[in-house]
Amino acid sequence: MVSPVRTYALLAWTWTRAAAQYPLSFTLMTLGGFVLGGLDAAVIWVIFANTTTLGGFGLSEVMFLYGTAGLAFSVGDLMFSNLDRISQHIKAGTFDAMLVRPVSPFVQVATDRFVPHRIGRVLQGALVLGIGLSGVHVPLERAWMIPVMVLSGIVIFTAIWALGGAAQFLLTDAPEVANAFTYGGGTLVQYPLSVYGDNLVRGVTFVLPLAFVNWQPGLYVLDLEDPLDLPHWLRFLSPAAALALALVAGLAWRAGIRRYRSTGS
Amino acid sequence: MIIEVDRVGRTFKVRGSVVHAVQDLSFSVEAGEFVGYLGPNGAGKSTTIKMLTGILAPTSGHVRVAGLDPSRRRTALARRIGVVFGQRTTLWWDLPLKDSFELIRLLYKVDRKMFRERLDELCSLLGMGDFLATPVRQLSLGQRMRGDITAALLHDPAVLVLDEPTIGLDVVSKAGVRDFLRRRSVEHGTTVLLTTHDLGDIERLCRRVMLIDHGRLAFDGTVGDLRAMVPGETSIEDVVAHLYLSSRESPRTRPHRPAQDPPSVTA
Repeated sequence: MVSPVRTYALLAWTWTRAAAQYPLSFTLMTLGGFVLGGLDAAVIWVIFANTTTLGGFGLSEVMFLYGTAGLAFSVGDLMFSNLDRISQHIKAGTFDAMLVRPVSPFVQVATDRFVPHRIGRVLQGALVLGIGLSGVHVPLERAWMIPVMVLSGIVIFTAIWALGGAAQFLLTDAPEVANAFTYGGGTLVQYPLSVYGDNLVRGVTFVLPLAFVNWQPGLYVLDLEDPLDLPHWLRFLSPAAALALALVAGLAWRAGIRRYRSTGS
Repeated sequence: MIIEVDRVGRTFKVRGSVVHAVQDLSFSVEAGEFVGYLGPNGAGKSTTIKMLTGILAPTSGHVRVAGLDPSRRRTALARRIGVVFGQRTTLWWDLPLKDSFELIRLLYKVDRKMFRERLDELCSLLGMGDFLATPVRQLSLGQRMRGDITAALLHDPAVLVLDEPTIGLDVVSKAGVRDFLRRRSVEHGTTVLLTTHDLGDIERLCRRVMLIDHGRLAFDGTVGDLRAMVPGETSIEDVVAHLYLSSRESPRTRPHRPAQDPPSVTA
């Protein structure tokens, strides 16, 4: 059995080479993603031109939260968002073809038509994170959390994509339902959760753990009090939340494949 | 026995009611046989193929292919079988044919030298030299089918499953594919299971024919035996049409002949 990581790299690289046949398109799309992301981030400046705090957070702190969320989301988007195309594969019958190859269908769906130009959004997220970090003081003993939270965030978003993919085995006609949670979740965590209602924050803390992408660990990195007064130990739970969600997603995916009925003919 | 199907059933729930796509199906195939699998639309052919390849799990009974339970050991089985779906390609739509083959080499971990030899052989037998660099989406149906057959054979599988491999092909392409499949079976001893609606495929390739109808095995024997099923009809098209029609009119009295001694393949 070829390892899934190697298979992923192999298939993604093949599609990258295919995309490289059109270098102008690749450059424009990458640039486009970067610029669009930049406009998205520019909204932060517009807000801070009119106010000094947002939900109790200063400009650099908001950029830090935006950057970590953007980085985690865009890496997940780059690597795994094609999972939301599974219903197309089911309808077209191409999923059958994936099942008769000796490699994981999860990796095959995730890499099918891998689009490397999504790297533009990754760079934009990293840039905003860098700018945000330059404006806040983070001592080394709390900085270790930054890579941990970004990695956990990537796993959380990937798990949501996988859950959305698994749901499409049942709801072949509703891929958009999953997008509400993936793209919706990605947008939600760009801003301090304190700008939302308490119930929403509790929901994304204890139900769908989006608060662990950047909010809870971010409070630790920035050494701030939780406006909702939730317990401090929640700040260290990002890896656990990510693993738990990944486990649920993995089980759902397997159940989806077991239930798979293929199409006629 | 390289393929064993033992009292297999598969049901689907369709809007609350249960549909028996395949019921109480039993047959076995010896290594090296070339078997045609016939049946009217909706008879359960594709469902059988999907259970043999591990895409679908049977709801009852047991399947073994190349010593493995397909739905449980799908990935391991994938290395031992080759599958061609005539209606859809297993190749990567946007990639040049040769890149698809190279990917298959890496995914199936085929030794580079072996791969080279097999690809050269398949290329010359199927005449693919001219379009190896063409993306799959730009290939004609005949070219694509040759590409798909090659892709299914690069890892030298013991069993080749072909689901309507000649569908939509012109006379010349069809003859080329049939000629290739016959040689493959004889020279490599590959076991071939072929579903088709083209009875020319059956007459020219298969010693043994199985006919499935309403999800059950309705006939299993040689092409000659099949012809003898309907006295007075001489063309196999008419014989099969007669069998399909009579089963539609009176499904309970349709001809049923359980597996006899499977004919041996020595050719």
